[in-house]
Amino acid sequence: MRSADTGTQTVRLRIWRGDSQAGRFVEYSVPFNDGEVVLDVVHRVQATLAPDLAVRWNCKAGKCGSCSAEIDGRPRLMCMTRMSLFDRDSPLTIAPLKTFPAERDLVTDVGFNYAVAGRVPPLAPRQTEPGEHHRIWDADIERVQEFHRCIECFLCQDVCHVLRDHESNKNKFVGPRHLVRLAELEMHPIDTADRRATARHDLGISYCNITRCCTEVCPAGIAITDNAIIPMKERVADRFFDPLRLLAAKLRSRPDSGPAK
Amino acid sequence: MGAALSELRELAAEIEVHSFDVVVIGAGGAGLRAAIEATAMGASTAVVCKSLLGKAHTVMAEGGIAAAMGNVYAEDDWKVHFRDTMRGGKMMANWRMAQLHAQEAPERVWELEEWGAAFDRTGDGRISQRDFGGHRYARLAHVGDSTGLEMIRTLQHRLAQSDAQVFMEHTVISLLTDADRISGVLSYSRSDGRFVLLEAKAVVLATGGIGKAYRVTSASWEYTGDGHALALRAGAELADMEFVQFHPTGMVWPPSVRGILVTEGVRGDGGTLRNSDGRRFMFDYIPPYFAEETAQSEAEADAWYEDKRANRRPPDLLPRDEVARAINSEIKAGRGSPHGGVYLDIASRRSAEYIMKRLPSMYRQFKELADVDITTDAMEVGPTCHYIMGGVRVDPETGASSLAGLFAAGEVSNGLHGANRLGGNSLGDLLVFGRRAGAGAAAYASGAGQSGRISASEVSELCADALAPLTSEGGENPYQLQGELADLMQSNVGIVRRSDELAHAIERLEDLEERSYQAHAPGGRKFNPGWHAALELRSMIVVSRCIATCAVARTESRGGHTRDDYPSADQALGRINFLLRWAGPKTGPSTGGSLELTTAAVEEMPEELAQLFVQGQGS
Repeated sequence: MRSADTGTQTVRLRIWRGDSQAGRFVEYSVPFNDGEVVLDVVHRVQATLAPDLAVRWNCKAGKCGSCSAEIDGRPRLMCMTRMSLFDRDSPLTIAPLKTFPAERDLVTDVGFNYAVAGRVPPLAPRQTEPGEHHRIWDADIERVQEFHRCIECFLCQDVCHVLRDHESNKNKFVGPRHLVRLAELEMHPIDTADRRATARHDLGISYCNITRCCTEVCPAGIAITDNAIIPMKERVADRFFDPLRLLAAKLRSRPDSGPAK
Repeated sequence: MGAALSELRELAAEIEVHSFDVVVIGAGGAGLRAAIEATAMGASTAVVCKSLLGKAHTVMAEGGIAAAMGNVYAEDDWKVHFRDTMRGGKMMANWRMAQLHAQEAPERVWELEEWGAAFDRTGDGRISQRDFGGHRYARLAHVGDSTGLEMIRTLQHRLAQSDAQVFMEHTVISLLTDADRISGVLSYSRSDGRFVLLEAKAVVLATGGIGKAYRVTSASWEYTGDGHALALRAGAELADMEFVQFHPTGMVWPPSVRGILVTEGVRGDGGTLRNSDGRRFMFDYIPPYFAEETAQSEAEADAWYEDKRANRRPPDLLPRDEVARAINSEIKAGRGSPHGGVYLDIASRRSAEYIMKRLPSMYRQFKELADVDITTDAMEVGPTCHYIMGGVRVDPETGASSLAGLFAAGEVSNGLHGANRLGGNSLGDLLVFGRRAGAGAAAYASGAGQSGRISASEVSELCADALAPLTSEGGENPYQLQGELADLMQSNVGIVRRSDELAHAIERLEDLEERSYQAHAPGGRKFNPGWHAALELRSMIVVSRCIATCAVARTESRGGHTRDDYPSADQALGRINFLLRWAGPKTGPSTGGSLELTTAAVEEMPEELAQLFVQGQGS
């Protein structure tokens, strides 16, 4: 709402306040200026109306991935969401990420993401001669650099319906962020490990059914589904479900190839 | 575990207690690298950090890691890098730190590659190196313009393979000492407000800087000078606190993003500064000190990007202190841009494709936050508080401070950068001296025997003191006090300083300190940002006093300290470091005489290194 004489505007916000036990939306009304982002108005609420309003943030420039929230139902970074996006009089709703347990107000317990990170086996670099260093071509490194842009905002985890709608899936499926991590290691030009069995059994890659919601919300613009998850699914399928391999395995009766027992 | 701890457990049942050989405070580049080294040496190690893992300030670093690998220019070696660092720091840097850094940075970069970092490449497949201010050759290993993100994620994953224990979202409120040596760390969980006591044989401070003490800053909320304040109050010595770097290029519009960093890589990759007349004004500000190595014409400057052997560096790539002062002068002279900056133009000089490849996050940042397309339009930029060269005085080899068992690395430490840091030398600093401080702390801990005693009554007192803002009656709003501090420092202890303004700042800081201890934060102990802000304010004010006190003493202009009333450099002062020690009470507001200022002579370098600076050694 713009005041004609002063040029300052006012916004109504519905911010979720509460903790792991209970919570509700509380309405605040604060002024804002041209060029501001949602995090600015949340900070204004904090500085003037609700000093104990809990919100995570760090860089305020889209580089750290701390200030994730659901703004009018859509997972976004508050620091990169311009107020000019919302030109209307009804209140703007700001809620914490739904997929993770509420901690306080807009802060959620994202510990799940740190806990499952260790399930992806680390880089196993090929050896170089003493005093030598890797020679890597631009085209090869560019492919993994896309995945390295991940700022761990966990918006992809939040929107992923496998995690969002079924709490019990968190035991079986690590979520898109960690499949991106898997892809960056598997495609890393100096890596020598084979993580296909891990992808299937420990990371639960087959739970993803390619709805592409993660790709849509990624603030780093990573083509999560097309460039990371689908190629990894194909590698896993090659390893475990290739009919020729299955036949060969059967003929040789070798227990260590073909589908895992 | 000593008797003191069991006594503690009884006395304060609600305090969580752990015991480690080494506790690292901070999880940016220096803290993570220190923890990796300490665990590799067998020390039981904890990392305590204010944010979630991977969100520390290092994540915002853009341009790259300065390391003389010689991948782009074979002539580059550690001696050239050493010389650039010393000259960029106006010969105030600790020569041994500058030498170690220049010698070891390449190994640290290659090590990151072995750990998975995906650096940009040269045409023949080696790690690419980019140009930056004050560096003779293209020297910065980089990943587009988000090198810090690459570094922190690589180190984070590496640390995850060790058994270091990480206390995320914990703030340290005091270092504990026993007869002049470190005995532990008292912290609280930001999430639920519990106090957590970490008994420690050695502590590594890696807490970064102080930028939040200024209004226009590239710093996040974490940069409140906690480490500086903790070290000082525990009895360690700080040095060179007057040297604060204002990065020449921060965003200036819209107001809500004022101060956010625009990487020096824009200029390294061909961008140039212009005033409102369209003039490349940096040619008017070439100081005699750098004249011999700086291009005198636009033609020479432009040719330098293609051929560094036959041409000299553009003045746009003078060290940051020079460029920031020049921009400041242009704006004051009325030749600024509409929003109070100057123009930084790469659009007219490089192809859109090149810009998108080299500066993708700058493109996004301007497009999404300011509606500016940097491939077609010039950016508006101005100086922003970016870095403090001053900090905990350390031993170059081990990072040991003057307090037994306390080590420091990265921005919170002092010595490598002298009066002004070169771009790219910070990330190198984190790796080289993070590793050294981690090793130093682990070695110290293994020889330290029993942990020092922790006083239960002191811990109780510190806890009560920390809880005071939650219950104080009628105190002021901590956010407003923080804003007042930031405005005070910005206007009076900023990029250009004067004795009357500094005196005013010191007087006001005393008043602010009294009021900060009365600040009131309503609400409970669970994730209460108002409470956190009230406690951080205390550190910010102590550090601000340190900066102002040293700024009064240095009656000359040098590097990151410019005095309007003493505009030139003073040779005698150039050979002196100012040191600070704490003489006030351990907790609560300080008293007038609580900062003891002394001087020490800048250490002379050995003859073979001094030879590198003799005229005619080339630029």
